[in-house]
Amino acid sequence: MRLLTTAITLFGVAVIVFFVIRVVPGNPIAMMLPPGATEADVARLTALYGLDKSIPAQFLIWLGGVLQGDFGTSITARQPVLALVLGRLPATLELSVMALLMAIVLGGMAALLGTLRRGGRTEAAIDIGNGMALSVPDFLWGLVLILGLGVFWPVFHISGRITPSLDLPFVTNFYLFESLVRLRFDLLVDIVGHMILPALALAIPLAAIIGQLLKQSLKETMHLDYVTLSRTKGYSETHVILREALPNAILPTLTLVGVQFTFLIGGTVIIERLFSYEGLGNMAIDAVINRDLPLIQGIVILFAVIFTGVNLLVDLTYAALNPRLRHG
Amino acid sequence: MADVMDGRGAVRRKGGLRLWLSACWLAVVVVVALLAPWVAPHDPLAQDLFLGRMPPVWMQGAEPGYYLGTDSLGRDVLSRMIHGARIALAVALFAGVITALLGASLGLLAGFMRGWVDLVISRLIDIWMAFPPVLFSILLIAVLGPGLSSIIIAIVVIDWTRFARVVRAEAMAQGAMDYVQSARVAGRGRLGIMLVEVLPNVLPTVIVLLTLEMGIAVIVEAILSFVNLSISTDDPTWGGMISEGRASIHQAWWVLVFPLATLFLTVLAFSQLGEGLKDRFDPVLR
Repeated sequence: MRLLTTAITLFGVAVIVFFVIRVVPGNPIAMMLPPGATEADVARLTALYGLDKSIPAQFLIWLGGVLQGDFGTSITARQPVLALVLGRLPATLELSVMALLMAIVLGGMAALLGTLRRGGRTEAAIDIGNGMALSVPDFLWGLVLILGLGVFWPVFHISGRITPSLDLPFVTNFYLFESLVRLRFDLLVDIVGHMILPALALAIPLAAIIGQLLKQSLKETMHLDYVTLSRTKGYSETHVILREALPNAILPTLTLVGVQFTFLIGGTVIIERLFSYEGLGNMAIDAVINRDLPLIQGIVILFAVIFTGVNLLVDLTYAALNPRLRHG
Repeated sequence: MADVMDGRGAVRRKGGLRLWLSACWLAVVVVVALLAPWVAPHDPLAQDLFLGRMPPVWMQGAEPGYYLGTDSLGRDVLSRMIHGARIALAVALFAGVITALLGASLGLLAGFMRGWVDLVISRLIDIWMAFPPVLFSILLIAVLGPGLSSIIIAIVVIDWTRFARVVRAEAMAQGAMDYVQSARVAGRGRLGIMLVEVLPNVLPTVIVLLTLEMGIAVIVEAILSFVNLSISTDDPTWGGMISEGRASIHQAWWVLVFPLATLFLTVLAFSQLGEGLKDRFDPVLR
């Protein structure tokens, strides 16, 4: 049932994006030919990309190709869409996962500290910080970080994924992962130095959400009898929070993190643009500007697959972790 | 227990302050936007290539009369920010209200009518949630062409789900309550119950969401200006100024800092206003 609705959602996305982008004004074929090309040239190339057929017919041809793993050919790059998109995917995945980890660490620390010092000034300060972090979206945090840690106090890189002059021994596009595996710490430092600001920009709002929710459920758990009991046994407050309260308080936060992770991935589009980071989102914006219809379709579908995939995974994990939802 | 009660009291007191501060800042922005032609010291479009990238007035080498400096084309940063407030607020108001109307209506229909109406609207929401919103908005602007109305349409088309999701859940909860059942027993029509009984009860939620949506609309306008798809590169928008400031960040930081700070405070104010209102409306906290 869950798989069926996922399939319907993906099909819906495909239909909408396909028809929307075909209404885009501007002829991509005319844009790729040099000035002085004849009408016949334009017609020939239009036919080559199948753009002379009716829109429903184009959709069926495209859908048939997709089911065989063929997403068409990019008009600007003149390469298969699938290869282009998969080439950029690792950059976006590494950025998203790094941002997610940062959000969990920052949010978790805020929640634990707030619980440990509850009722005091520290907790009030954490609440105000959380409120601000939550109110302002990743795009603005990115700009603030560029100004603060890129320009006024330049400690990190503010554009690109890696310093272009470096010699890269990589065979995959998972730069961060591969530099770790190959123990090339010189490259690792450079890559992290490029990634840290965009990842932090993406992480700040999510960290605030995690911090708020986890603190809330920790507080509720701290009032339960078994926690009071372990306190009377003489365990330290830190031990009580980490060992007794946390395991029971973490489930609602975990579910929320899953859903919010898709929002974070959606945020990479503009954050990659802001930091000139060569990922999927940056490629998507270029594709829209260049009217590269097959490439736009491919990227949007891939994003939709990632979103629905993450949601499916969250549901399954939740069912596995929550005994009340386990079937028979 | 005492701990929890104290926490709530603190939230309420803080809520009052932040509500007040946010409302004040937004009032300033509204007044400045309305009076823009009279309060702006210069024409926001006037270029003067001899005055390019002048620093703010308190720094060395500043040009008197250009309080926050000039951009690379010699246009006054302060005047452009003041005129930019008009565009930002217009987008916030129109996009916010239309999105709220559309999203809340669909959510109300789905949550109260249930059945196939709910099925169709819920499936649409699912599909919408699978789109990366920024990419979706850029795509829509490419279709609609740049311009103020295109931005508003794009925001409405993308963000209606924010209202529809929440209002649907709320309407479902209200529909199961006793007062709706008794209205039904009293022989009132479904449409009448929905509009007279359920709608007033979901209205506070809609108002809170609307306040948040206005902040989001300002950001979306800025993002679209940033990728050069908003209005036109000449028109003074906060996003367009930020985009220019990002490009010349190492030569003229003031072109980025002032519009960014204004945008930051405005978005923060809308959001805090929404959160403050939420606390006010929440019967548990009252």
